[in-house]
Amino acid sequence: MMSLLKVNDLTIKFGGLTAVSDFSLNLSQNDLVGLIGPNGAGKTTIFNMLTGVYSPTSGTIEFNGEFIQGIKPYEITKKRIARTFQNIRLFKDLTVLDNVKISFNYNVKYNLFHSILRLPKFNREEAEIERKALEILKVFKLDGKRNELACNLPYGEQRRLEIARALAAEPKLLLLDEPAAGMNPQETHELMGLINWVRDEFKIAILLIEHDMKLVMGVCERIIVVDYGKVIAEGTPDEIKKNPKVIEAYLGEEVADA
Amino acid sequence: MKMKKEFRNTIILLACGVILFFILTFLMDTEILNRYYSRILVLICINVILAVSLNLIIGVTGQLTLGHAGFMSIGAYAAAMATMQLNMPFALALLFGGIAAGVIGLLIGLPTLSLKGDYLAITTLGFGEIIRVVITNVDQLGGGRGLSGIPPKTNFTWVFFIMVLTILIIYNIARSSQGRAMMSVREDEVAAEAMGINTTKYKIMAFVIGSFFAGIAGGLFSHYLMYIKPEQFGFLKSVDLVTYVVMGGMGSLTGSILSTVILTILPEFLRFMNDYRMIIYPLALIIIMRFRPQGLMGTKELSMKVFDKFSKGSEK
Repeated sequence: MMSLLKVNDLTIKFGGLTAVSDFSLNLSQNDLVGLIGPNGAGKTTIFNMLTGVYSPTSGTIEFNGEFIQGIKPYEITKKRIARTFQNIRLFKDLTVLDNVKISFNYNVKYNLFHSILRLPKFNREEAEIERKALEILKVFKLDGKRNELACNLPYGEQRRLEIARALAAEPKLLLLDEPAAGMNPQETHELMGLINWVRDEFKIAILLIEHDMKLVMGVCERIIVVDYGKVIAEGTPDEIKKNPKVIEAYLGEEVADA
Repeated sequence: MKMKKEFRNTIILLACGVILFFILTFLMDTEILNRYYSRILVLICINVILAVSLNLIIGVTGQLTLGHAGFMSIGAYAAAMATMQLNMPFALALLFGGIAAGVIGLLIGLPTLSLKGDYLAITTLGFGEIIRVVITNVDQLGGGRGLSGIPPKTNFTWVFFIMVLTILIIYNIARSSQGRAMMSVREDEVAAEAMGINTTKYKIMAFVIGSFFAGIAGGLFSHYLMYIKPEQFGFLKSVDLVTYVVMGGMGSLTGSILSTVILTILPEFLRFMNDYRMIIYPLALIIIMRFRPQGLMGTKELSMKVFDKFSKGSEK
């Protein structure tokens, strides 16, 4: 299979502190990979470099045949990488529908004058955006709440909306930063089904950070473990469970239980 | 279906505007509303242009700027010079004032809009003052004595229809993909960037459009009063404008219009109380903010939906 994302020796230093060093990763088109590690291991920093929030000190990120390290976050989205956040970042005072519609912005072909004069092109494109947004909301069973403000949704639905919003940007790679954080076991279970389904339905690659071992082990085909900014192990869930380095660094007895 | 409805509503609103215009002109022509009232009406329209354009920057895009009066002054002086020195037709002079304000807005916006919140407020405050001080020291613009002899070109027709046009344009921008992008900047810049929004671009877009209309309002203002001086466009004027927007509700254009009308009339209405009006006015502000911190309208618009409900009710 063709390689979608190729990360080579990614390193970032904040002053004297090396947060991530020599991180490498290979993702194919339909991969579902988990990134785990103790708190402060550098997982979110890796996400932030992949999405342009931080510019790496050295190393390369090749996505879809293009080098994308160091470019701006909004340009990364255009290259078809989308993400969710550890602490949900919805547009709280906008409606559910508008939250999703914003993802289509970078693709909109009409300009300011079309908007001001309400030209036919504006109406055509707006109708198309509305149709696509509703389609995605329907998939996530949120279309009934399209006119509610995002902040009024229950927690689980806010998480779902965030994933829906990311998918509306039509990514080829979806980055999920702790999607199960704050969810109860029932919700986590549903989320596992959802992640698998999204991957198959939208035919995209997913890279996720997660602390919930049950979710990671249950859903990911491959797991990468980082500690102190370095990759200490990589393999299938079963291999990771048995890896003594991983057990020592982070997982302890929990692995045997999962 | 939805588009048709929106189109229909726009037509109805425009028709209401035209009817309102004819009623008001009739009242003024027959002197039922005397010169004093017509003066207030003209100032209301100019203030509405300023408030609505400022709402695009503060309310929709969430960037607190305290220099709006500065851009108004650029438009006021530029348009006045255009008619006085260059003999430009009035419409062209207004446009010239708007563009001048927009260009300065762009130049100021580029370095400052990467700042956030309080920092942006303070830098725009500084730029507003710089504009005022520069004008005070340029003799060709009348300096501190002010600029007099500006031809009286502004009348109620001009301000009213430019006001309607401004509201329509800002409303159409706010309800478009560009407007949604601006709102996403207000809500969460990090998330907006992650969803493909070039936040700097949209901040500057809102800032330049807002400055442009402030410039137009300035041109209308100078050709109405025939005499302008730098103090009229000081910090206090900017604060007044911010007050209109906050009172009306951030992001609600109808709210801005409503609060501008109320707050422009209120000090005049309170004239019979002499000096006490200077206490009553701020007191009214405090009371409104205490009991309705989200502003008169919140983020909602007074819309045709209300009328739709009535018509649905009668169909049943």
